Amino acid sequence: MHDTESGSQALRRNDPGLHIPEPAFRPGDQPDFSGISLPPAGAVARPSVDIDPSAIRELAFSLIRVLDEGGHARGEWDPQLPADVLIRGLRAMMLTRAYDQRMVRVQRQGKSSFYMKCTGEEAVAVAAALALRRDDMCFPTYRQQGLLLARDWPLIDMMNQVYSNSGDRLKGRQMPVFYSSREAGFFSISGNLGTQYSQAVGWAMASAADGGSRIAAAWIGDGATAEGDFHYALTFASVYQAPVVLNIVNNQWAISSFAGIAGGEQSTFASRGIGFGIPSLRVDGNDFLAVFAVTAWAAERARAGLGPTLIELFTYRADGHSTSDDPTRYRPTTEPSAWPLGDPIERLRDHLVTLGAWSIEQHSTLEQELAEAVRAAGKEAEALGTLKDGPRIPAASFFEQVYKDMPPHLVRQLRESGL
Amino acid sequence: MIEAINSAMDVALTQDPQVMVFGQDVGYFGGVFRATEGLQRRHGRDRVFDAPISEGGIVAVAVGMGAYGKRPVVEIQFADYIYPATDQLISEAARMRYRTAGEWWSPITVRSPYGGGIFGGQTHSQSPEGIFTHVAGLKTVIPSNPYDAKGLLVAAIEDDDPVLFFEPKRLYNGPFDGHHDRPVRNWSGHPDAQVPQGHYRVELGKARVMREGRDVTVLAYGTMVHVALAAAEETGIDAEILDLRTLIPLDLDAIVRSVKRTGRCVVVHEATRTCGFGAELSALVQEHCFFHLEAPVERVTGWDTPYPHAFEWDYFPGPARLAAALRKCVDT
Ligand SMILES: Cc1ncc(C[n+]2csc(CCOP(=O)(O)OP(=O)(O)O)c2C)c(N)n1
Ligand SMILES: [Mg+2]
Repeated sequence: MHDTESGSQALRRNDPGLHIPEPAFRPGDQPDFSGISLPPAGAVARPSVDIDPSAIRELAFSLIRVLDEGGHARGEWDPQLPADVLIRGLRAMMLTRAYDQRMVRVQRQGKSSFYMKCTGEEAVAVAAALALRRDDMCFPTYRQQGLLLARDWPLIDMMNQVYSNSGDRLKGRQMPVFYSSREAGFFSISGNLGTQYSQAVGWAMASAADGGSRIAAAWIGDGATAEGDFHYALTFASVYQAPVVLNIVNNQWAISSFAGIAGGEQSTFASRGIGFGIPSLRVDGNDFLAVFAVTAWAAERARAGLGPTLIELFTYRADGHSTSDDPTRYRPTTEPSAWPLGDPIERLRDHLVTLGAWSIEQHSTLEQELAEAVRAAGKEAEALGTLKDGPRIPAASFFEQVYKDMPPHLVRQLRESGL
Repeated sequence: MIEAINSAMDVALTQDPQVMVFGQDVGYFGGVFRATEGLQRRHGRDRVFDAPISEGGIVAVAVGMGAYGKRPVVEIQFADYIYPATDQLISEAARMRYRTAGEWWSPITVRSPYGGGIFGGQTHSQSPEGIFTHVAGLKTVIPSNPYDAKGLLVAAIEDDDPVLFFEPKRLYNGPFDGHHDRPVRNWSGHPDAQVPQGHYRVELGKARVMREGRDVTVLAYGTMVHVALAAAEETGIDAEILDLRTLIPLDLDAIVRSVKRTGRCVVVHEATRTCGFGAELSALVQEHCFFHLEAPVERVTGWDTPYPHAFEWDYFPGPARLAAALRKCVDT
């Protein structure tokens, strides 16, 4: 967990020999995050978008927060959104959570092979989706399903992919959650970490070359920032001043490795942008308003031709890495509930209640409504098949689209396969 | 088999203070497949530890440690994620001894789970061995059972050249003959699952005859050894099945001896066909056994497509496909 005491941590060495970073808490420990310094909501000033990046380096070490503990929006970063936009955001986050819950359940029933939730990180994708334009291009990881849901992409289409069923547009070729939707501006998710990050920069360079106003946004996990692609992305974004929003989702964990294994012990992830001259902001990733505000700031810069922005979203992976993971083996079971930045859905709910625009009754009605919508879509999707029982796309289809036209050797192999 | 692999590293860490083990999630957690379980506790945090998600970095620092005098054993979490490390493997580790005329070398071992059978889709199922067997200076080892896995891994770690050690992940917890619709078996009671506790080696470069036979020679490695045994049994064809165990260096003598006797050869691997290791095997058999061959060499392989998630069992070269090739080969 990075905090402002990194200086003293840097002096702590394993004795003797090689320094191996260790997380603060392991199973059996009582997690205590009181050492993390959290600036109060509203404390950080909002610079104008055309500020010289060298004048705002401290934003890479601070934490932009808007929502305070009482549910009030504070300070210059408050995006002052109308209540209907806030409710849209709340709804999309709640839908994301309901969808995740259902998909884990069907995975447990053997109807799909795998699933990955984004529990506790819903604001990261949903607030960004609402702050970007619908035709801006997203290059996500597997944990930004909220982008699709916030862009009102049909649940059933996502479920068909998870089930690899006869309605799966990706024809059963990809593991669950590796969605792709050109129409929704959602780039194909790769299993190989980090590759999308530098591709997003290329997309943005192309848009700039065309003089277009569309920008790109990319996401990468704290762990995956160690890949070369992260550094390619920052280099090219800086050199060509590409219109791209580069998000680092620091959810503290990369499977069993804490953020310190990715270098998070020595400095913030946001601070990596400084050496490239890229404006770099660190934001409370569980604060819907703050995520919306920094994304809008970055998007405005990009669209105005002012170049890239790096955003570290400081959040917490509240659940396991995937359905194959058991987080109790490497972190305390109570760590998620001890995380000091709360739950993004509850925080936005409380804000809306404080505004008088929402009530607890409305909230639970919506919760039930969404669970019902997910259940109904699930029934519809299962009617098109599941991985377990089919039906699927005809198997012979997996020989198609390896190339634009099937070359003779594949034609021969397809015949040989008897499919 | 996973325990055997764990034991090999345990032995190496115990016997040689220069051995270091690292990779993503291998430290406290013990690896996503549990290959390094308990090793950090037993050998210390500075000898068994987590690495950043940077395959290029992992292999690069291993090369550097090797130059210093260490004997690094690194894990690449899935063989599908080895590509970011190819520059360090192909341009650096493979040629270090050659380009320095022996001044430096890379005594590194790169372990990585490979192959399909767990619905891992295209990025958790690949068999990239052929990419590395094509590179001069790299050794490539693929075990098919717990006894060999330990002995070969010990030999690989003790070897002074860079060794890629690909572990058939579908065999980690039991033998698998390709009949995915039958109950899962574990290794208990299997003759090759008796793994001695201490140090032993299975020499690199030696194939093993898994089944003697007169009708046809099957060249296999990894999971396909078990598929071949099933296909021989189900067809009743008297196949001689060789487990190659090491692809580079290859036990050509064992191959030639067998094919000259049977006069027929089927090559099988899970990797894609074109320019796969089977192409090399087929060429060698043709070069060395041409006048003994009574039928063309058959290849049974994965198709030349990415590994399709939902169609895993249409892609995987299972016993039915191998049986058909065996029949075709002996009927020619
Ligand atoms: C190139 C590559 N190496 C390793 C993996 C295996 N892997 C999948 S997810 C993951 C952890 C990623 O952590 P992080 O980037 O923090 O993202 P998070 O899961 O926390 O969202 C790892 C190591 C992979 N998919 N690709
Ligand atoms: Mg993470």
